Amino acid sequence: MDEVVNEFITESHENLDQLDQELVALEQNPDKNVLARVFRTIHTIKGTSGFLGFGTLESVTHVGENLLSKLRDGDLQVTSEITSGLLAMLDAVRVILDSVVATGGEGGLSFPDLVDRLSRLNNGEHVGTVATHNAIEAKVAIEANNVEKEAIAEPAAATVELEEEPAMSEPPTPLRAVRGGKAKTTTGISAAAVKKPRKSAGRTISVVTVTSEKSFDGVLVETESIEDHAVDVDGMFGVQLLESGKITEAQLADALQQQDQGDTRRVGEILVEQSAISSKEVTQTLKAQSEDRTAVTESIRVDVGLLDDLMNLVGELVLARNQILQFTQDQSDPSFNATSQRLNLITTELQAGVMKTRMQPIENVWNKFPRVVRDLTIGCGKQARLEMEGKHTELDKTLLEAIKDPLTHLVRNSVDHGLESPADRLAAGKPAEGVVRLAAYHEGGQVIIEISDDGAGIDAAKVRRKAVQKGMLTADEAAGRTDREILNVIFLPGFSTAESVSNISGRGVGMDVVKTNIEGIGGSVDVQTVLGKGTTFKVKIPLTLAIIPALVVTVGDGRYAIPQVSLLELVRLDGHHGENGIEWIQGVPVHRLRGRLLPLVFLNAVFDAGSSTDDREAFNIVVVQADDHQFGLVVDEISDTAEIVVKPLGRLLKHVEAFAGATIMGDGRVALILDVMGIANHVGITAGQRSTSRSNASAEELSEAMADRRRLLLFSLGERRLGLPLEAVARLEEFRPEDVEISSHRPVVQYRGEIMPLVHLSDELNIPVKRTADQPMQVVVYNENNVSVGLVVDEIFDIVEEAFQITDRTSARGIQGTAVIQGLVTDVIDVREVLNGALPGLLTRAVGAAA
Amino acid sequence: MSMTSTTSNPTSIGNVIGDRRFCTFYLGDLYLGVPVTKVQEVIRAQERTRVPLVSAVVNGLMNLRGEIVTTIDLRRRLELPPLAEGVESMNVVIRTDEGVVSILVDEIRDVLEVGNADFESVPATLLGPCRELVAGIYKLENSLLLILDTDRLLDIPTPNASVHELETGPS
Repeated sequence: MDEVVNEFITESHENLDQLDQELVALEQNPDKNVLARVFRTIHTIKGTSGFLGFGTLESVTHVGENLLSKLRDGDLQVTSEITSGLLAMLDAVRVILDSVVATGGEGGLSFPDLVDRLSRLNNGEHVGTVATHNAIEAKVAIEANNVEKEAIAEPAAATVELEEEPAMSEPPTPLRAVRGGKAKTTTGISAAAVKKPRKSAGRTISVVTVTSEKSFDGVLVETESIEDHAVDVDGMFGVQLLESGKITEAQLADALQQQDQGDTRRVGEILVEQSAISSKEVTQTLKAQSEDRTAVTESIRVDVGLLDDLMNLVGELVLARNQILQFTQDQSDPSFNATSQRLNLITTELQAGVMKTRMQPIENVWNKFPRVVRDLTIGCGKQARLEMEGKHTELDKTLLEAIKDPLTHLVRNSVDHGLESPADRLAAGKPAEGVVRLAAYHEGGQVIIEISDDGAGIDAAKVRRKAVQKGMLTADEAAGRTDREILNVIFLPGFSTAESVSNISGRGVGMDVVKTNIEGIGGSVDVQTVLGKGTTFKVKIPLTLAIIPALVVTVGDGRYAIPQVSLLELVRLDGHHGENGIEWIQGVPVHRLRGRLLPLVFLNAVFDAGSSTDDREAFNIVVVQADDHQFGLVVDEISDTAEIVVKPLGRLLKHVEAFAGATIMGDGRVALILDVMGIANHVGITAGQRSTSRSNASAEELSEAMADRRRLLLFSLGERRLGLPLEAVARLEEFRPEDVEISSHRPVVQYRGEIMPLVHLSDELNIPVKRTADQPMQVVVYNENNVSVGLVVDEIFDIVEEAFQITDRTSARGIQGTAVIQGLVTDVIDVREVLNGALPGLLTRAVGAAA
Repeated sequence: MSMTSTTSNPTSIGNVIGDRRFCTFYLGDLYLGVPVTKVQEVIRAQERTRVPLVSAVVNGLMNLRGEIVTTIDLRRRLELPPLAEGVESMNVVIRTDEGVVSILVDEIRDVLEVGNADFESVPATLLGPCRELVAGIYKLENSLLLILDTDRLLDIPTPNASVHELETGPS
């Protein structure tokens, strides 16, 4: 294809993405500058398509442009239906461009409906907010018309600086504009590039000067007459003066008109003569113009393939560097050592530099979301606002590509299933407009992306029920899991059927795919939800895939690399510790790590590595994390940390889930990279495993050892330290004493549009506390079957997850028993018993109401 | 001309084999050949990294000038006894659709050019892995040259693959 056409298509695609975003932004907040920018971009596309002979494209954009010009002039206001119409136009432009890419021509496409709709909008008629289907229909048309090529529609129109037109809205006027395919709308002229039609000497003059200076390149200038070029630069110049406020529109129009009437001088000269500006100002502006021009050369487009090659080469260089460093250790020649140190430094910098070239802001993906959210909200009758934070966070281009679809899915999900309908939201005491929030930031060598909504949240109880109902978990299993574990069920393939979506609060369609995709690039996805408050999906992904820091360990005859991201800590058990530190539950080894049971995996046994652990004096444990599961890998030796270059395994080994790839070590030998997740699956540590492989006895033992842990909310009452099972806690709140009102002799507060009774735990448990009248009260909100009760406590310390044993079951009413938690004696409360004592009948009523 | 056909139909083999030049080697008393066009290089034994958890046929990984190449133990693949202690095998590095792999053989022999007329399909009485992997036979003056089907070499049964094959790591 023609280079000019190619250039046009690339830039138009970029512009279209931006337009999507800007149009949606305009709908929310009509901003003159944005409107002008949108107009200019469309105008550029129209102009260029005319120049290149794409008639349909020109006519479609032409109606859009007319509509935009009315918006810009304030003759029409931006409405939802106009936005939809313009978005549909963008879709049509995309379809045409796709056709040009595929067939080299417009493929006989036409959009009569769209043109009609836009024209009617232009006339101020209502057409309704039609969903933007045109693109899809047109796409079919492309396929049908693939062969047919459009003859050159209209020759590129002659260039006229000023032209007479009866009205702005008339169809194809000669196009004064872009020469060649370049259309950098992000730079160059802004706001006033296209002026209002203006009455002057009895005719309508419209100054339709456009295109930034950047459109002139060698090829293009050749096709233009030199005068034309000069005139265009000149016109530009006038606009620039106008923009900087040095002249008025009238002055420029006069000057241009004078030029039109045969004055061969430049606009600047005419203006100086009219003493509109000083010659000094002309020089200044000209200087600014040329600076503007040089700025372009500072960035260039580079083929991604080239960057990939470069990255591979740097990978090789890193390997060679590692090898040289290894040799250096045996060398005593100081100058050789100094040189290899230098090589080391340069390689590191080069690696960082090349990685940087591949980094792109996450904004590039997020930019599509405002439109996605808009289309969805219109489609499902909801109101949503999209908030973004940290959109400049950068990550590797390949990763960006890989997360595009999963993120889109999560955003769609948040709007579609996460947010409630406006009516429900109002009923729940929330604003009708929901908020979907995207946040991205760096944390510990990873990029974290959060997608949160302030919707209804996911009801763990319903998920639990559903999972049992669908046979994914047995009732016992479901009951044995914490809410957090249960939520992960939504990522299982079977759960994500349409039926379950309509029954639980929605989540689930294709969540397994989201998870698979994200894990495919070494990332993880996690869900947190608060019922009634909203849901947050937290996606963690590595910064880059190609070169990663890793820990090198030895197992038997082999060396293995463990990626740093999955590493938590290293534990060494010496002599007597070695004997005592590892305990066995029916042949399954575990280690008590700070009071918690850590399942152990002897890698030499798993890998059949031939080394024996029987007579070992010390044990090296690498504590790793896969999903929510921590476990220890027992290795023979921990060697070193190293930057390793990940190389894929061939097809023959791809199915081995325990390995993520291989790398070449400093001594030239190959080492396998462990996939911690894969190993967890292999030995049966992960939760998904539990339900699928019941035959694996050791796996069950392990998971049971882990399930024994419970989560407690720790708080104080006077001198006493108490714990409350976290399952019983819906929320933690703080109320001011003046919020408390009295109803039926009981303290109550207004909470989320309902009246919530307060229970002073100190009274119920007969624990003396000093109560101060003016301090805010810490309240633990307990919820059962939609009935909330506030439990007033003194101070909330912490949430712990610990395996503990409740002893002394003879304690007082409302106390389940006593346990040692974090080394301190803690009373564990039985919430139901307390509440049954304090508010008899409340909980049974709740059950009745729910049923 | 395509060299990727895996059929053992004699006429198509005749076509596939094209220039009829084979890189030949011994494996025990089997005289085997692969088309020279498939062979990237022949090298001495290299240090290999064993890969746990997979079939012993996939013998290990080696570093071939910065590229990681999987080695296939042809003796195990053909269910022959392992090579005697201390005898080093040779690597025949071949190109396949799935990338480069190396097959371990006992002894490298000449590159042979054979006549089309000498081609025979595999006798029906030949059973076992040989039947599956041998694409055809050339009758030489003193011996028979068995032509290996290099694409089928890669179809290695994975008896001890994990139950959870779907959850592979990053690729």
